[in-house]
Amino acid sequence: MDTLIGENRNRLEDFTLLRGQAIFLDDIKIPLMKECAFLRSPHPHALIKSIDLAPALKIPGVETIFLYDDIVSFFGTNQMPFDQGDFVAPKWSYPIILPQYEVCFVGEAIAMVVAENRYIAEDAVNAIRVDYEPLPAVSDCRDGLRNDSCFVHQSSNRNEIGSIIATYGDCDPCFNSELFSFSLSLKQHRGGAHPMEGRGVIASYDPKNKFMCVWSSTQKPHKLRNVLSELFQMEEEYVRVILPEVGGGFGAKAAIYPEELIVAFASRKLGCPLKWTEDRREHFLSAIQERDQYWSVEVAFDSNGILAAIRGTAIHDQGAYTLAEFNIPYNCAYAVPGPYIVPNYHMEVKVVETNKVATVPVRGAGFPEANFVMERIMDHIANDLGIDRAEIRRRNLIPVDRIPYEVPLKARDGKPMIYDSGDFIGCLDHALKVSSYQEFSSQQQAALAEGRYIGIGVSNMLKVTGRGPFEGGMVKISRTGTVTIATGAAAMGQGTKTFLATICATELGLCPSQIKVITGDTSLIMHGVGGFASRQAVTAGNAVHLASRQVRQKALLVSSHILERPADDLYLADGKVQDKKDSTINLPFSEISKACSGAKGYPLPDGVAPGLEKTVYFEPKNLAYANASHVAEVEVDTDTGYVSINKYLVINDSGRIINPVIVNGQIRGGVAHGIGNALLEWMGYDGDAQPVVTTFAEYLLPTSNDVPNIEIYHFPTLAKNPIGVKGVGEVGTICAAATVISAVENALRPFNVQISEAPISPERLVELIHQ
Amino acid sequence: MTDTEQISTISRVSLEVNGVSREVEVEHRLTLADCLRHKLNLTGTHIGCEHGACGSCTVLVDKRARRSCLTLAVQVEGASILTVEGLAEPNGDLHPLQTAFHNNHGLQCGFCTPGLLMTLMEFLSENQDPTEDEVREAISGNLCRCTGYQSIVGSAIQAASILRQSR
Repeated sequence: MDTLIGENRNRLEDFTLLRGQAIFLDDIKIPLMKECAFLRSPHPHALIKSIDLAPALKIPGVETIFLYDDIVSFFGTNQMPFDQGDFVAPKWSYPIILPQYEVCFVGEAIAMVVAENRYIAEDAVNAIRVDYEPLPAVSDCRDGLRNDSCFVHQSSNRNEIGSIIATYGDCDPCFNSELFSFSLSLKQHRGGAHPMEGRGVIASYDPKNKFMCVWSSTQKPHKLRNVLSELFQMEEEYVRVILPEVGGGFGAKAAIYPEELIVAFASRKLGCPLKWTEDRREHFLSAIQERDQYWSVEVAFDSNGILAAIRGTAIHDQGAYTLAEFNIPYNCAYAVPGPYIVPNYHMEVKVVETNKVATVPVRGAGFPEANFVMERIMDHIANDLGIDRAEIRRRNLIPVDRIPYEVPLKARDGKPMIYDSGDFIGCLDHALKVSSYQEFSSQQQAALAEGRYIGIGVSNMLKVTGRGPFEGGMVKISRTGTVTIATGAAAMGQGTKTFLATICATELGLCPSQIKVITGDTSLIMHGVGGFASRQAVTAGNAVHLASRQVRQKALLVSSHILERPADDLYLADGKVQDKKDSTINLPFSEISKACSGAKGYPLPDGVAPGLEKTVYFEPKNLAYANASHVAEVEVDTDTGYVSINKYLVINDSGRIINPVIVNGQIRGGVAHGIGNALLEWMGYDGDAQPVVTTFAEYLLPTSNDVPNIEIYHFPTLAKNPIGVKGVGEVGTICAAATVISAVENALRPFNVQISEAPISPERLVELIHQ
Repeated sequence: MTDTEQISTISRVSLEVNGVSREVEVEHRLTLADCLRHKLNLTGTHIGCEHGACGSCTVLVDKRARRSCLTLAVQVEGASILTVEGLAEPNGDLHPLQTAFHNNHGLQCGFCTPGLLMTLMEFLSENQDPTEDEVREAISGNLCRCTGYQSIVGSAIQAASILRQSR
């Protein structure tokens, strides 16, 4: 059978999107639907002394307003359902649905207005009178650690709510020896996720059937269904979550938010459909971010630049609530070594609350910060010893003959942390070759003679992808003869439908365009996990691959009975099962499907279960590690601090590529995000934790003038799963900031500038040049 | 009377949308974006920021690209509006610009795409043979979080070439 896997293929998703016919959350129209708006705290930390709803309720068109008491009297609790994982946050950090009397960040929802339309709902929000008593707030997570710091919550007795330690070997002797060493302090900041479509939810409760239907622009539709089921004590069969077209996620939609639960609650209470659509200001204030980290590391290495030990600490800005386990701090602590051999390692990441919106992963999930630390270390060793930066990296990378490589750490699931595949040195060498890295220094000299400051940076990254526990694929040939896939994987722009259809089409002898893919409808597949952690090609991809294969085998078996031909003589093509030698002997899919649903009183053929369909939940036995080497060339205007990226190359190993068109798109978008993190994106707060950035005029997303053309070369090694695929969604992002900043530092060597922060603004660069 | 009580005044607005004459009753404060989306059910025009910075809501008003989130419906009385729904041929064939986006992977989540298409419709009508830098400048007011723009620029260059041949 010819495989379609690996071919360049334009996407199936495009046509409705290009025509403006795709249905995003805010495009859904339901008769009698009302709209919601939230009153949000203007204070980083305050007590609510009183709330006067009367002026708001008087506005014509306002239906009602819900507060803390309404939530608690209905659910009996104010707690958001919460996945703690292994790391227990203190009680005060548990996320809540609506606050009773204390608000802990600007943007925290206090009340929800239901009105005829959004305009009236916002009028009512503005008319609610709240008497606040402001309290001291923690803005900088470093200040939160001080003995004299105020606390983020009134019920807190400390701001450091946890600490993640990754450790192996013995670092200390390396620092009391003949080895070289240095220490390094790094300030890192990643802003928000900022998908172009904000969050949003519609809930429609049918009181007669006691059935709840919820549409949410989420990355985790099944998780939302599960949370609603538990909270409302309604069986999964009576709660349906449907994923509309989703305008990007990047982490912002991977959390379950109070808004989703309050809208569902209000629909249940009022018995009418309700909608809330997040506006951009709300996204700045109330959608998760990744934000600030302060790292202090010490590094020991020998005269050849070979690492002996890395030890250090980092302070992570957690925000006011812990929405999930401590996943960013965990990833940061564990991901620093990446593709390098670090013989002795000790890293502690302190989780410190601040009076800001919660931090949970944005595209990359702590790996970009860990990578930045490691790549800065490499540059410092190179500079200290006068050895080329790429050569230092090559000397420390894990050689291919040591793959699979076991890091002496336990992964989050408690299993050994084993890099399953990859050729890191080969990848780097390929990057150096195609970028003509060795020739750059002569160009640099020539540019310098003209007064131009150009620089080159090179970095390597490694990212765990395909995280479990599972994802499902239901593949079905219907009685119309057409093929449908349903999956818990969440499509939000990654070409999920196209690559799943391609995998299925290969097995069933069809064109991908003949296959319908439904993502994230909980009524069509009972279990699902969703879209995050570069996981869906690995998990849903393999699930659909295995399910399609079993449907093919069943189609052959049933056809063999009906056509009275051995199954080995038959094959699938053009929507039929055909005899290999005589294509006039065939059975269309529709007939096979009907045969599998049986005829009254007649048994199905031996060994054939009802239905021409199969659901497979793929549970990855091992994680798939994707890696890449990036090279950037930049020019810095030393008068203005403006950085232009003149060239950007990616050598990428995401295992077997299902569709290069989609993979390249993921890499380019990922790099663009990393460039934003290197040079532009800053979610600013003042010293009182009041946000000073709430528009795209202040928060600079990369534009078409900031992102260069990105050359991509593939360097695949196969992962150990049936398809051999690794994830790609975050892979472009992770070392982009490190690569760009290394190049900027290289360009400014004549000024002896050392960059220990990301993002770096033009103003800051000029400041460093003049220091 | 509180300061938040609205004295809502309503006007009738006549306009042409995608070649069809329409008449709508709107509150004066209703944005053109909301008018298109919720009064005329043309939800292809998307709202990404509501402060004129992201460009997702761009439509053509009398052939000029305008941010429909910063334009009030009452301001377009008598105007001719083109939205993404009006790009394809009446027989359903995609406009060459839409086809070029499909062929060059010029969209991922597709949320910003209608705004980019409309911005480029204006641009390509004025510059029939643009350089890559000119395209980048033309779309620098349209934010896209997914693609990194390269494929959008490629789409625009290919569309320009196809449109030149068909002229």
